[in-house]
Amino acid sequence: MTRRIPRSGWVWLAIGAAYFFIPLAATAEFSLEEGSGYGFSSYRQILDDPQFRDLLWTSFKLALGTIVVSLIIFIPTVYWVHLRLPRLRPLVEFLSVLPFVVPPIVLVVGLLYVYSVNWVPGWFVESTRFLVPGYVVLSFPFMFRALDVSYRSIDVHTLTEAAQSLGAGWGRTLLKVILPNIAAGALSGSFLTFALVMGEFTMAHIALFNTFPTYIAYIGQTQANPAAALTIISFGLTWLALLGILFVGRRPGRGAVSVGGAR
Amino acid sequence: MAYLELQKLHKRFGDFTAIEEIDVALEGGEFLSFLGPSGCGKTTALRIVAGFERPTSGRIVVAGTDLTNVPPNQRDMGMVFQAYSLFPNMNAEDNIEFGLRVRRRSGAERRKRVDELLELVGLSAAAKRYPHQLSGGMQQRVALARALAIEPRVLLLDEPLSALDAKVRVQLREEIRRLQTQLGITTLYVTHDQEEALSVSDRVAVLSHGRIEQIGSPGDIYNAPGTPFVAEFIGTMNRLEATVGDEGEVQVGGTLLPVADARGLPRGERVLVLVRPEILALERADGAGASGALLGEVVAHIFLGAITRVKVDAGEHELSADLPGARAAELPVGSRVAARFPADAGRVLALSEQPRASGEPAPAGP
Repeated sequence: MTRRIPRSGWVWLAIGAAYFFIPLAATAEFSLEEGSGYGFSSYRQILDDPQFRDLLWTSFKLALGTIVVSLIIFIPTVYWVHLRLPRLRPLVEFLSVLPFVVPPIVLVVGLLYVYSVNWVPGWFVESTRFLVPGYVVLSFPFMFRALDVSYRSIDVHTLTEAAQSLGAGWGRTLLKVILPNIAAGALSGSFLTFALVMGEFTMAHIALFNTFPTYIAYIGQTQANPAAALTIISFGLTWLALLGILFVGRRPGRGAVSVGGAR
Repeated sequence: MAYLELQKLHKRFGDFTAIEEIDVALEGGEFLSFLGPSGCGKTTALRIVAGFERPTSGRIVVAGTDLTNVPPNQRDMGMVFQAYSLFPNMNAEDNIEFGLRVRRRSGAERRKRVDELLELVGLSAAAKRYPHQLSGGMQQRVALARALAIEPRVLLLDEPLSALDAKVRVQLREEIRRLQTQLGITTLYVTHDQEEALSVSDRVAVLSHGRIEQIGSPGDIYNAPGTPFVAEFIGTMNRLEATVGDEGEVQVGGTLLPVADARGLPRGERVLVLVRPEILALERADGAGASGALLGEVVAHIFLGAITRVKVDAGEHELSADLPGARAAELPVGSRVAARFPADAGRVLALSEQPRASGEPAPAGP
């Protein structure tokens, strides 16, 4: 956009920025308080806490697992909906909104009920892997939207038929022709999923697992200044993830990635 | 011997009948066009040959082998689509190479073949360019090269020029024909553009409502349309409603015109006399009663470059005559003229809209 922003625009922009920035600045200020002066002791305390690193790593692994599972499920599904079942689109779109409508607490109770049957192996139920299917459900809206936009920007039918007429089977068509052209969407969905899992509290809490978000909650209830420091740290991590999307998405030869409208 | 056969194809989508019946055979190396308006079933027929659609009934046979139930990726048919079919993530070279990779050709062989094809379509300099860096015409050349790279048994083209500028369209269609002749590849071409079909094909099949109305050489189709639909669809045609009179004569309005084609038709039958505008001759009619000619008044001149189309109001009919510019200038708007045509140039069709393929008996009605 090369349009010039009028002066009134700058005023609104400043008000908007202040709305986001003041609480952040206040939190940062609070995290640096040390007795009557300022210092980094709260940050040191958090970073030295072995639980911080363990749980960050746990949540990181959960996020990766969720991303892998959702990509494997949703890339072919959305492809098939676009290619062969366009009439199912409204249904899929409706389903994709459900995770917003159904509270996570309902989801987790449902999962606990499903897993109570005997044949679910212990190595699954007793570890944080338990959370992955639930997270995949929660990530569905984000993954679906991101992939849907990508699939819409290419001519799925013609590309598929062109690949087939040249002798390619379904596997090769999907991997070599379709996937590279929706990679931007898959990536943007992945980062959103990453941010989601790194911040998901309810399910982990109800299912009695310790993850990074439950750790944030725990610190928040027990230690005021380190909690503020932790907030700033996790804010920074999320920002890095988003910057990652924009950076990768701007590589030439790929479709542009957008995160909630930003490019 | 027939190489590609579309045997009694019939296709329904739910209640909608896309193809009533198409039955045609192509000789090896032949270039056949399916020509018709949108919705006539031409693209569906092509997609059935490619394997993207299954016929409701009928068979696709190539070189004696029934391919009706063979999936599209095992048919060895090259296909060029309307547009946007190049893989956006691959450059021109990689697009052309794709089919060869699928066939597990060696690296050296692939490179050699890709270079050959790039040269064949005149794009050696653009080998490394991505589809979005190529013009529409170049993209279609790459698509053609990609389809030819696999040495397909049949080449299928689905309105490959419809998204291009007029000039590129003419250039590329000549090139397609040149390559097709050079490689001797059996080709099925789908288009709604009659000029395109007539200019490149060995034979043209005119389709309407899921049936072949007429099939023949471009000359046959143009000069001897077998049905009113074909007459209307191909080129411009003067249509004169007439009644058969005495041997070799028809009556249009109150005028008797000699038309050889009317010979043998029962007296009094309602017919349509078709005359091409380039056949119709105009002359100044000063007095009344030029026999064997239609009288009228010039109402408009349409400049078409090499010729001028002169519109004549002849009572119940409006006639078009294509004249050289200088000749048309002698007949300004408002002139009284007599329009006539040689007795052997008019084509007579019965008004019952019965398809009557040239040289063949009329098939039974539906």
